[in-house]
Formats: sequence, structure tokens, C-alpha cells
Amino acid sequence: MPHIRVTVDGVRYDDQVEARQLLTHYLRERLGKVGTPIGCDTSNCGACTVLMDGLSAKSCSVLAAQADGHDVTTVEGLASDGEWHPVQRSFHENHALQCGYCTPGMIIATIDLLRENPDPSDEEIREGLEGNLCRCTGYANIVRAVRDAAAQMRASGTAPRFVSEPGTGVPRQAAGEGEPLRPAARGGAA
Amino acid sequence: MTMTPDAPQLGQARLRKEDARLITGQTTWTDNIQQVGTLHVAFLRSPFAHARITNVDVSAAREQPGVVAAFTGADFAGEQGSLPCAWPVTDDIVVPDHPPMAVEEVRYVGEAVACVVARDAYAAADALEAIEVDFDPMPVVLDMEEAVAEGADLVHASAGTNKSFTWPFSAGDVEGAFSGADVVVTRRYRQQRLIPAAMEPRAVVCRPDGDAFTLWSATQIPHVLRVMLAMTTGIPEHKLRVIAPDVGGGFGSKLQVTAEEVLALLLAKRLGKPVKWTESRSEGFQTTHHGRDQIQDVSIAADSDGRIRGLKVDLLADMGAYLMLVTPGVPILGAFMFPAIYKMDAYSFSCTGVFTTKTPTDAYRGAGRPEATYAIERIMTELAHELNMDPMELRRRNWIAREEFPYTTIAGLTYDSGDYEAATDRAMELFGYDGLRAEQRARRDRGDTVQLGIGISTFTEMCGLAPSRVLGSLSYGAGGWEHASVRMLPTGKVEVVTGSTPHGQGHETAWSQIVADRLGVPFEDVQVLHGDTQVAPKGMDTYGSRSLVVGGTAVVEACDRVVDKARRIAAHMLEAAEGDMEFSGGAFTVRGTSQPAATIQEVALAAFAAHSLPDGVEPSLDADSTFDPENFSYPHGTHLCAVEVDTATGAVRIRSYVAVDDVGAVVNPLIVEGQVHGGLAQGIAQALYEEAVHDADGNLVTSTMADYLLPSAADLPDFTTDRTETPATTNPLGVKGVGEAGTIASTPAVVNAVVDALRPFGVHDVRMPCTPERVWRALSEAGSGGGAVAGSPTSLPADSRASAPPGASAYDEDEGGAQ
Ligand code: FES
Ligand code: FES
Repeated sequence: MPHIRVTVDGVRYDDQVEARQLLTHYLRERLGKVGTPIGCDTSNCGACTVLMDGLSAKSCSVLAAQADGHDVTTVEGLASDGEWHPVQRSFHENHALQCGYCTPGMIIATIDLLRENPDPSDEEIREGLEGNLCRCTGYANIVRAVRDAAAQMRASGTAPRFVSEPGTGVPRQAAGEGEPLRPAARGGAA
Repeated sequence: MTMTPDAPQLGQARLRKEDARLITGQTTWTDNIQQVGTLHVAFLRSPFAHARITNVDVSAAREQPGVVAAFTGADFAGEQGSLPCAWPVTDDIVVPDHPPMAVEEVRYVGEAVACVVARDAYAAADALEAIEVDFDPMPVVLDMEEAVAEGADLVHASAGTNKSFTWPFSAGDVEGAFSGADVVVTRRYRQQRLIPAAMEPRAVVCRPDGDAFTLWSATQIPHVLRVMLAMTTGIPEHKLRVIAPDVGGGFGSKLQVTAEEVLALLLAKRLGKPVKWTESRSEGFQTTHHGRDQIQDVSIAADSDGRIRGLKVDLLADMGAYLMLVTPGVPILGAFMFPAIYKMDAYSFSCTGVFTTKTPTDAYRGAGRPEATYAIERIMTELAHELNMDPMELRRRNWIAREEFPYTTIAGLTYDSGDYEAATDRAMELFGYDGLRAEQRARRDRGDTVQLGIGISTFTEMCGLAPSRVLGSLSYGAGGWEHASVRMLPTGKVEVVTGSTPHGQGHETAWSQIVADRLGVPFEDVQVLHGDTQVAPKGMDTYGSRSLVVGGTAVVEACDRVVDKARRIAAHMLEAAEGDMEFSGGAFTVRGTSQPAATIQEVALAAFAAHSLPDGVEPSLDADSTFDPENFSYPHGTHLCAVEVDTATGAVRIRSYVAVDDVGAVVNPLIVEGQVHGGLAQGIAQALYEEAVHDADGNLVTSTMADYLLPSAADLPDFTTDRTETPATTNPLGVKGVGEAGTIASTPAVVNAVVDALRPFGVHDVRMPCTPERVWRALSEAGSGGGAVAGSPTSLPADSRASAPPGASAYDEDEGGAQ
């Protein structure tokens, strides 16, 4: 069984994991990080999205073993000093969630989207969140929330928090083949 | 927004209380629940749509690592009972036996035939491979028309027929209306099969507690589920506690009593350990009930000036392989909605429920009402075309005028209130109807490759399910009331218990607003409790846009009773006459004095201490209400859609969408708008994207999120929404319900727009979903003059095998043969 050292939401873990265990199951079942839900078995829904070294990744498409040496941030680790992340706040303020099942993934994907493009148009937002499905909201308020968060973050000069130095993150291949991370073409912001 | 405690809460866009836990991941989805020693369940499922089970041997699975037990259907034959159908719509309905785990025969792909229980979910899934099972395939039954023809292969041989029931309704002189009419338009519409696909998969955890059980489920209906589990398994109801924790969407798909819930209970009982099952998405697509799936034959008769004389509707409704909780009732709910907002002299309806070897259908957002609205709004548009009349003008000539309310329709429903003129005028203004028509003419004139189409949907629906006596008259097995209790705690805080169990609708926020206003307490001081049969012992749960209309009214009534009791206590405290007590802003004042004399919080403490209460008044300040509505509520609205259709590629792009809804009074406009948006997305998805497709062997081709096209943000437009407010007269809040409106209205608006764009090319219908391929084919077939699908609206192929989405190669082969 592989041994991994991984930092999740600021806490270091040393664990033996089954070689085939998915990161999402490791987070949920081993660490109790159940704030990150699972919505599909084909990497289509995005509910399970987390940040790996600051870049969004679908944790159902990454093996726990591949997280060795990396820094994972889940929705549970976004708030700091009791303050919600601006994206969390704007989802709340814009009523961008109903049942909330897609929300952790949506929020994380938004953080990555705004890291790459701090001032996206509506169309860029819609395309940027294509990998995250929501069955409740019809997306209109999500688009609003992302636009709003972008404006707030630009105004306050909020550097994308919880993100390691862009460019120093995990090499794409660290997450294995398939498409665990978003296409490299999108990763050029660094 | 800052709010003083006594500013009215109703009508305010309060941000939701629910959000804090949902955006920080502090959630309790059923799959998050971890009980010590939990065992995990995996099901072996039928790969055949119809087969006899000749042998199942689980002995090798029992030997696999981590496996604790394995069972076949036969192992539970004595206690698993039959999954319940609570809505036998006719006296002679065929309700087949439906064992949670199949024993002798399987009738759809995905039906459970055996299960493994193991120490973790991976081990359980692995061990399924060690189960030996032999099937003897039987003929599949996929096409509804073939299923009801003479000599058809049977889904349930013992029934001797594939017809479950035929439910007729008739009012007025239908034949007279048709024979005397100037124009009769007849069309066939196909409601494709849809997959509800709530984002949270189904999950269930069951823990034995001595001789009692606690069952957590991703369900919309913990209360109904508890009753049904008791009736199905014989485990006494008082030994069952059912909890719906955070539930990630439902849309009807979690309004169900499922095989896995029954089996989790029986496994926990047999093994004496907590058990857990969570569906994978592909498993869910195959086994969680589907929605819609009807063939609709519709005829409308009118005078040459457009006045409607009569309407005839004949439905075939696909039940799938079995009748589940409300399967047969879904099309019957639609029966009352075909006449919609229109006046007419005569109406007849008939629906035949048909068995096929497919996943059972049941409620999906709107349940019966979207189907009806689609058919009437499509055929009204066709009638307008036949009469060479503007489609909105035709509607204006026939709808119930604002001064005619209350109005009893030909289907026998009494609409209490409405103002179709106001909603329509506002929608037309926001949409810029005349300007778009002018652009449409210009594009037509210059032969633009991209044509513009305008679609209209003026709709109403019956919500607030439902008066218990009406449900009784329709043979439904339960009532439609809702319960609430409101208790003031000694410190002046308030707990509200509601039987209406939310799964994303924002009850905690809306109920807090109601209570804050009614009791004059701060919004933040109200806690809403729900979803646990031990905490909220009475309830009918959440579906059919009923929560606010029925459950909200129960909250209002319970609050009023609390105030009544507080008034007696306050009068006693102040040594004043009860009749002299005035209550406002959370405080009692003695009439004629200006200073508030006792706050409701002070009264609550006095009622708790109980040192000095008036004679006959019990300690504590709380009250209950169980409200049974007298009528449905009837939200309505006008939706307008403009689409651009690329006639070269068939691609449809929604250019603008305007929804003006009248849902009566509004408690929280933010929540209402969100509900409308989500509803629009699902209705538009039926029009353009979604379809559950089966191959010739009955396999679900669209069985993953990669194959079934759930729209993403990039697939949907922004919406323009607005409201008119015509309060309901049948509840104290004046509310009408909003959960289904967007879905019901939008599907016909979009398809009407697509057809409108293609009208000059001779296209009069495009079958849903209007994919680029379907649109393109409709165009080319109309162009070649012989288009069966596009040119001759009465000859739409009904068989789902003819509904191949682009790229479903199994279908392409089949298509020729199916026609
Ligand atoms: S769970 Fe759906 S993409 Fe990971
Ligand atoms: S809020 Fe329910 S799936 Fe997005």
C-alpha cells in the first residue's frame, strides 16, 4: 500500500492508502472531509472539485496516491479567521445555490476560474464552469455571483488566496492520465 | 440589507439561512453519515430488460475478502413485500407484484437480483463479480403502441395485458362541439422519457436500535416513507424513525419508496448492524425512476373567429415495468390541466397506462402538468396558424378574463384568482414582441440562414397539493394536509416544526420570515426544524409546489394560536381585559395606553414559569396546526422565447427568454426568482437537450452523465424574469406556489419558437428534444415534400427507437425498421 504525505486544508496527514483509492474517497472516508460530495462516476458533474496546489481538480479522477506531496484545499478550508472567501460570500449574497450539492465544486471551480481570468465576461464564466453541473439554479445566479466575486476581489486586490504560487504547483502529469486537471490549454495563467 | 426587528419580513429578499452550512461544507448528506461498524451494500442488477431468473448463487461471493453476507431475492421472499403504489387510479387497475429484489423474473435493466454486504464499499462492489446468476431472456416490450396491440408480448404474463388502466373524463357535448366547429386541428405530440437527475445521488443508511430502527435517506418524503416502510415490511410504525438530512435536490425523483430503502431496513434487521448504500450515478440513471414518456393525441375544435369549442385528449402513458408510489397518478394530474386558461364548451380525456420493460416512471418536476401544458400550448399555436391569426391574439380571445374569476373550468377546477392580461402585457413589454416580429419578417424576406422564431406559452397549473377530499375522490391513498408547531422557548426564542421537508427550497428562511412577522420576533430568533419523524412527527412532505401554500399556512395558523394564548396570559399579567389587549410588533398594549406593556418574550417566560396563569391555561407557550386546503392554488404566467435557428446546421440558440409569473403574494422574492430560474432550466432542457434513449434490447443508452445531456451553464441563456401579483384567495398568505412554474411554462415556449422559426419552410412540428439533427431533418424532410416527421403532424412515430440522438449508432440501425 502506498504511503502518502498530503496537506489538506492546512493539516498534514501521513497515511497508508490502497493503491486504487480515489482522492475523493480518501478525503471523505479517511479524513472525514465530507464537505466535498460526489455526484457522478464519469467525471462529468464537478461536485467533487478541490484545489490541488491551487489548481482545480476533480477529486474523483485523482488517486489518493497521486496526492502524495501535494497541497489540497477543499471547501472546508476556504474560510480564514472566520471570514468566508469572497466567492463563498457572493454565492450567498446572489442566491447562487438551492440544494447546495453542487456548491462546493462550483465555488472551488470559480476560484480557479478567477485566478486565470480575474475579469471574465458572462460568456467566459459560463464556459469556464462548463465542467460543473447544477440541477437547481439554472445557473443565472451563479453567473451573477461569479461576476460579483470577481469585482469584489479586483476592488479589494484580493490575491487568490489558498492558492500556492501560480506556476509552482503540481505538474499536470502528477495527477495522472485522463483529465483529472482541467486542460493544460487553460492552465497558462502563470 | 439592514432590517429592524419589526420591519415586515414578508416580501423581503432575505438571504438564506441555509447557505452558511452549504457553502462551507458543513453538510449532512446521507452519504456523509458514518455509523460505527457500518456495513456497505452493493446490488447485482439485471443486464436484461426482461428475463426469467433460472439460478442465482451467492455462495462464492460470501467467501470474498471483506464480505459479511450475500443474499438473493429468494432469501427475502417472505418479508420484503411488494413496493407500494399509493395511487390506484381506477377500481380495475392492474397493480403487479413488485418485490424489492427480484425473485423469479426481471423486467427492466437494472432491477436488483442479489446483494452483497461487506465491510467497505469497494469490497462489496468487487464481490458482486463472484455471484453466479443465470437468466433466460424473454421478449422485451419497448413501444407503447405495440404493447397495447393485439397479441403483444406481455410484461406481466399473469396480468394478461400490458394495459394497467384506462382513466376517462368527459364534460359537455364533445361530439356536438366538434361537429359544429369551423376548424379542427389534430396533432400527436410525444413527451420523451426524461431522467430527473438530482445532483445528490440516492443514498440510505439504516441503524438498528434494539427492536427499533433509524433510517436516513436522501428522500423528499420521510413521513410518507415511514408509513410505507411499516406497511411494506410489517415492522411496526412506532419502531421506525426516518430522517431526511440535507437532501440534494429531488424534482420528484425522491418522492418514492425504493427497493434499496426497504432492503436497507431488512438487512439492518437481519444483520443487527448499520448498513449503508449509495447509488453510483450510472446505477441511478438506470434505477431511480424516470419521468414524462407519453404519446399525446390531441384535437381542438374552434370557430373561424378563433373561439374554442372543444378539446379531445387521448394519452398513452408509459408506466415502465411496475407501478411505483404515484406512477399512475401522474398523467391523471395532467387531466385537469389540458383546458389550461381557456374557456370551452366541451372536453374529453382518456389515459391508458401502459407497461413496458423499462425503468418505472413517476413524478418529475410538474408531474402531469408540464405534459398537459405542452400539448395545449403547442396546439393553440397550430390552431392560430390554421386560422392565420397571431398566436397571442388567439389566446386573448379564449382565456378567462380577469373579471371572470373565480371561474370553474370545463375540467371542474375552480380557479380562485388570476390576471392573464396583466402578466401578458408585462411580458410583451419586456420582450419587445413587435420589434422581434419585425426582425423575423426581415430575416424571412432576405432568406437569412439564421431564422428567428418567437414562442408563446400562457400557462396555469394546479399547485398546493392538495385538498384531502379531492385526493380521496381521485383514489390517492393519503391526504394533502400539512402540519406545523410553533413553540416559544423560555428565553423568547422560537422553534418551528414543519412537516414539509425541504431539499433546497429554502424553508428555513421563508418560514422564519413568516414567524418573525406573525410573532413580532427577530428573524434570527427563529429556528426551523424538519425532516426527522421524531422531531417533526406529522407531515406530508414536499412536492407539487405545496410547501408554502399548505405548510406555510399551517405555520401561520400555529403562530396565530400562539398569539391567542399569549394574549390571555398577557391580559392576566397586566390585569386587563383580554378584549383590551392589542398585539403588534411583538408586544401587547392595553387599549387606550400608548406604552407596550408586555413583550411576547416576557409572556413566554411567564408561561414557562407558570407561577400565575389564568384559569384553564396550561404552562408553556406553543401551538399546533394541521391545515387541509379547500382548493388547489393556480399560479399562472406568460413566457415568451425568441430563438435563432441556423437552417444550415439545425442549431438552436435561445436569443431571449422572458418569464412573467404570477405566483400570488411573495414571501421571499429571491427564493421565488431562484425557483423560476431552475424550473426554466429543466423545461428548456426537455425542449432542447434531454432524452432517455433505449436500444432495441431495452438497454438505456443514455446511462451516464456523459450520454444524457444535462445542460451546463454554457448551454443556457440568461433569463428576464418579472412578476405580477394576484393573491390567492384560498390561504391567508395569498401565495400560490412556484416550484414547478418555470418547468411547466418553458418547454412549449421554446418548441413553439423553434417551430415558428421554421414555419416558412413547411415545418409544423419538431419532436423533442429539438437537437440540431432533429431540426435539420425536419427542415430537409419538409423541403423534400415528403417529411413524415415534419410535414404530417399526425404521423409522428411514437416509438422511442425512432428518437435517436445524434451519435446513438444503435438507433440509427434500428430506425428504419421501427417505422
Ligand atoms: S463526482 Fe462528478 S466529477 Fe467528480
Ligand atoms: S444547488 Fe442543487 S445542484 Fe446546484
